[in-house]
Amino acid sequence: MKRIIPMWIAIIGGFAMMLSSFIPLAESWGEVFANVFNVVAAIAFVLGAGSLAKQHLEKLSRRDAGWGYSIITLGSFIVTLLIGMFKIGIHPNPNFPQAAYSGSNNTEGSAWSWIYEYMITPLTSTMFALLAFFVASAAFRAFRAKNTEAILLLVTAFIVLLGRTFAGVVLTGWFPEWASGLRLENLSIYVMQVFNTAGNRAIMIGIALGVAATGLRILFGIDRSWLGGGDA
Amino acid sequence: MRITHKVPRRIFTNQSWKCIATFLCMAMCCTRAFAFEISGAISESVAPVTQIVTAQNASAPEHVATQNILAKNVLARNAPAQDTNAPLVEPVNAAATPAAISAAIPDATPVRPLFNREKTALFLWIVFIGAAVTVSVWLAKSGRPIKIRRIAALEAVDNAVGRATEMGRSILFVPGIQDMDNIQTVAGLTMLGRVAKTAAEYDATIQVPTCRSLVMEAARDTVRASYLSAGRADGFSADRITYITDDQFGYVANVVGSMVREKPATCFYMGCFYAESLIFSETGNAIGAIQIAGTAESSQLPFFVAACDYTLIGEEFFAASAYLSGEPAQLGTLRGQDIGKFAVGVLITLGVLAATILAVAPSSAVISALLYGLQKVLGG
Repeated sequence: MKRIIPMWIAIIGGFAMMLSSFIPLAESWGEVFANVFNVVAAIAFVLGAGSLAKQHLEKLSRRDAGWGYSIITLGSFIVTLLIGMFKIGIHPNPNFPQAAYSGSNNTEGSAWSWIYEYMITPLTSTMFALLAFFVASAAFRAFRAKNTEAILLLVTAFIVLLGRTFAGVVLTGWFPEWASGLRLENLSIYVMQVFNTAGNRAIMIGIALGVAATGLRILFGIDRSWLGGGDA
Repeated sequence: MRITHKVPRRIFTNQSWKCIATFLCMAMCCTRAFAFEISGAISESVAPVTQIVTAQNASAPEHVATQNILAKNVLARNAPAQDTNAPLVEPVNAAATPAAISAAIPDATPVRPLFNREKTALFLWIVFIGAAVTVSVWLAKSGRPIKIRRIAALEAVDNAVGRATEMGRSILFVPGIQDMDNIQTVAGLTMLGRVAKTAAEYDATIQVPTCRSLVMEAARDTVRASYLSAGRADGFSADRITYITDDQFGYVANVVGSMVREKPATCFYMGCFYAESLIFSETGNAIGAIQIAGTAESSQLPFFVAACDYTLIGEEFFAASAYLSGEPAQLGTLRGQDIGKFAVGVLITLGVLAATILAVAPSSAVISALLYGLQKVLGG
C-alpha cells in the first residue's frame, strides 16, 4: 500500500499535467496539482529545518570535527528565522498602519534585507568566485595533448578562447579580406555556430526523448525504482 | 515415461495490459477532445458569430459596430493561445450602455476550445513515442531479446561502490539542486535507488545531502525501500540523508566542506546542476574519489566530462535506471526511445535534403510544401 498510493498519485498527477497542456478545459488541473505540490513542499520545509537542527545539534553534542561551524550554522539559522518571523526593523505597510506586522520583509533597510545584502550576497559571490580557479585546473587537465582527440580539443579550445578576446584580433586581424574566414574571431564563430550547435542539438534531442521515455515509464508504473523498486 | 508440462508463455502480462489500457485511455481522451475541436471548427465556419449578431440586429445600425467589436472580442477570447485575462482587442464604444451590450450579444459566454491546436504536432509526437514505447514493452515482455549497448559509466557503478566498501569510506550521492518537480531529480532518485541497493548489499555507507526538503523526504523513502529490498533494513539510517539549504552556494559550501573532511571514496552526481557542477567534481578529483556524474544540463556536461571519471550524457542519464534494472519492460522503453530517435533522424535528414534542393531550385513547390510540413512536425 505504501508504494501503490504514491505510484497512483504520480500517475494521476502526471496525466493531469499532460492533459492540461493540450486541453484548455483541463488547464486548471495542472494548477491544482502545482498548488498541491507547493503545499507539500511547504510542509516538507518544516521537516527539512528539523533535519538541519538535528544534525548540527548531534554534531555539537558529540563534539565532532568542525563542531564550531555547527554553532555558527544554528545561530545564523535561529537569528534569521526570528528576524524574518517577527519582522524586526520593518515599518507597517502604509495601507495598514495599525497592523504592526503588515510590512514586507523585502523592505529596504530592514534587518532581513540587511542580512541578505551584506551577508548572504557576499558569501555567495565568494563561493562563485572559486569557480574561476576550478575552471583553470579542469582546463589544465582536460587540455593535455595525450592523443589525437585531446589535441583536437586543445586546438579548438584555443581557437575559441583567442577568438573571443582581443588577442585573436591582434594576432590575425591583419589577414587579407579574401582570407577573412581564417581570422580567429570568425573561426571562433564558425566553430560555435556549426560544430557546437550540431553537437548540442544532438544531445538535446536525446535528452527530450529520454525525458519522454522516463515520464512514460513512471506514468505507466513500469519504473518504480524511485519508490525503492520491487512490486507494488 | 517422463511427462513434462509445458507452461504456455504469457504474452500479455498484467504489466502489459496496464500499459496498453493506460495508453488507450490517454489516446481516447485526446481523440475525443480532438474530434470535438474539429466539429467546433466546422460549426464556427458555418455560422460565424459576427454574421449571427449582424442578422439579429440589422435594424439598429448604431448597435452593429458595437456588436461586431464585441463579437471580435468573444472570438479573441476563444482563441487557444490567448490569455483569458488579456485585454479586449478593441475598446468598446463608450456610448454603448451595458443594457445595449447585453441586448446586442444574447449569448456572449466565452466557449473555450477542447483541444489546443497549436500543440497538435507535440501531441502527435507524444502519441507516437507512447505507442513506440508501449509496443516495445509488449515485445520485450513476450520474450523478444533486446540488445542494449554497453554504457561504461553504469558498468562502473558496482566497482565504485565496491571500492568504497574496500576502502572503508562512505559514498556521496548528490541528487542535484532542483526540487521534485524536475524530471532530472526524479531520474537522479531512481539512480539513487539502484546505488543504495548495491551499497546495502555491500554494507557500504551512503551519504545524501539534499538541497530541497521534499527531495530529502523522497530520498529517505527511496533509500529505505532499497535497504529493505536488499534485506538490510537494519542498516538504514535516515540521518545520512540530510537537508542542507535551498541556497545554491550555501549547499555547495556544505557539501564541498564535508567532502574535504570525510573524503568519500565514491561520488555520484545525478540530477540537475548549474555552476556548482565543476566545484563538486574538481573537489572530488582533488580528494581522489572515483566520480560518476549524470545530468541533462548540456551546459554543465563539459565540466563533468573534464573532471569526472564517468559521465552519463543526456539520454544515458535517463536510461540509467532501466539499464541497471535489466527488466525487459524497462529495457523495452529504451527501444521505444530509440525508435523515436530514428524517426527524428529520418525527418531531419529529409529536411536537410529538402532545404538543399530548395536552395538549388527555389521554384519547386512540392519541396517547399515538404519543408513547410517538416518544420511544422519538428516544431520549427
